[in-house]
Amino acid sequence: MVQILFFFFAALAVGAAINVLAQKHVLYSALSLILMLTAMSVLFVLLRADFIAMINVIVYAGAIMVLFTFVIMLLNIPRDEDGADRLRWLKFIGIPLGLFFLFLIVATLWNVDPVRLAQPELVGSPQAIGRSLFTDYLLPFEATSLLILIALMGAVVFAKKDL
Amino acid sequence: MIPISWYLIVGAVLFLIGVLGFFIKRNIIALLLSVEIMLNAVNLTFVAFSSQHGQISGQIFVFFVLVVAAAEAAVGLALVIAMFRNRESLNVDRSNLLKW
Repeated sequence: MVQILFFFFAALAVGAAINVLAQKHVLYSALSLILMLTAMSVLFVLLRADFIAMINVIVYAGAIMVLFTFVIMLLNIPRDEDGADRLRWLKFIGIPLGLFFLFLIVATLWNVDPVRLAQPELVGSPQAIGRSLFTDYLLPFEATSLLILIALMGAVVFAKKDL
Repeated sequence: MIPISWYLIVGAVLFLIGVLGFFIKRNIIALLLSVEIMLNAVNLTFVAFSSQHGQISGQIFVFFVLVVAAAEAAVGLALVIAMFRNRESLNVDRSNLLKW
């Protein structure tokens, strides 16, 4: 049963990711990416990472992708101008190099030591994540708020009329 | 129980798709979407190792990756808007003022 779920949603994620590249209009790419993020959340649930699955849907699919679709609709972008570009040959170099890269990753991951440490089953509940975040990782967490503040100011500055 | 290597291979395939998208696409918003695919592939790998080793640290890192992705999307889309306003095109090949 779990295997069926895994295969279905892994195939859904990979198919939606391929569809992101295949679509000509970038709005359909963004919608397809939302589908991929939802499928990834199911994979996170299967890994017992409940909190990550939740914030993946809420923050990623809910906030970041809404920002993307908002900008795409705001700009009213014309269709992708592929084909006529002089850099089209990048496709013929990029795909073999990418496949070679995949081969390297899989060859490395194949040798991952499958030994399981003698620890109890981990459940990534919000409680566990919050406790770790506010004890061991307090300084990075605070630095994160600084990063968000700087990004906020940067976005405001960039969006000014007379850049 | 699903072996961890399956998750890792799904993550690797998704990362490859993101890299290919970065090579192939010329629309700058599509490039940002490819970056999001790559970040999600890395997140899957983090969570898979986290549950493999029974430690929460991997999931904390996914949290930080998510925060950085949000900041990147906000700043990147602001740049996209400024770029579109200036040159009426989102093709990255058209933005070649600094190209030698």
